Amino acid sequence: MQLSVLIQWLDATPGSVALRESILVYPLVETAHVLTLCLFLGMIVLLDLRLLGFGFQSVPVSEVAGRLLPIGLTGFVLMAISGALLFYSGPVRAYGNIFFRIKMALIILTGINALVFHYTIYKRVASWDRDPIPPLRARLAGLFSLLLWSAVVICGRMQAYNWFEKTPGA
Amino acid sequence: MDFLPLFQRLEATTIGTVVRESLWMFPVIECVHLLALALLGGAVLLVDLRLLGFGLVNQPVDLLARKADPWLLVAWIAIIFTGIPMFLSEATKCYYSPPFFCKIGLLAIASIYTFTYRRRVTRKLAHGRAPLTACTSMALWLGVGFAGRWIAFY
Repeated sequence: MQLSVLIQWLDATPGSVALRESILVYPLVETAHVLTLCLFLGMIVLLDLRLLGFGFQSVPVSEVAGRLLPIGLTGFVLMAISGALLFYSGPVRAYGNIFFRIKMALIILTGINALVFHYTIYKRVASWDRDPIPPLRARLAGLFSLLLWSAVVICGRMQAYNWFEKTPGA
Repeated sequence: MDFLPLFQRLEATTIGTVVRESLWMFPVIECVHLLALALLGGAVLLVDLRLLGFGLVNQPVDLLARKADPWLLVAWIAIIFTGIPMFLSEATKCYYSPPFFCKIGLLAIASIYTFTYRRRVTRKLAHGRAPLTACTSMALWLGVGFAGRWIAFY
């Protein structure tokens, strides 16, 4: 089955129609998605600043990561759930939106960046845990994370502007 | 006194006109506004959650607040300076938007609370009830964000 057929089927389900036509629930879901940004990206940014050596330099890196990532991951789960609901409210529109596609690709890249960081330089964190300015590979991971997540937010916001959308039937 | 003429004049300012007539300026400013929101949220939550016993619990509150507050201020300035041109570009629409006035009122309260009372509590210059201060702070900023998002709907 083609993906576009699945997307069209999903778009026509009663739940999807109800969600995008609702006066109260849709704005609430969207607000939840935007505000959990503080919980998720707020924590990620603080860790990135520590990795870059820009802030919280007296706090060990493992302490920042160990204490703030669980909070950030809670935010991520909330963002993923509200984001999935937003996608469900208009699958055809999202699927045809270039910013949505770029955003999904960028999120995969942030995951790869996090995994590489976690399984390489962070394995040896004991040797640089208290360094005010962490080693280059850790700084790069922090920089990539900041840039990629910023780009995700920008794409998410731009998704609302249908600049490059194909008009139906055109 | 009716403030509508004032809002109309604000909308007619150069900045308001330039942002309104540009295809890309509003979205770009909006993106910076959102990124600053994440930083503000992070800086506020770091200290508020610490007051509630979450996050960096091994760090003294006053030390953490001293480190977080400059980032909070940077984010606050960025949010104000991106918010103003967005407001100017659609001041008349804002005049008719209840969430806009909620947001401005809550923003004023949250800002004053954060930069005076909460600042003294987190620096231990005042004996405030820490969990209550944290909850008030988070509730106020959540209200600002919530009302802000709803300007788009009402």
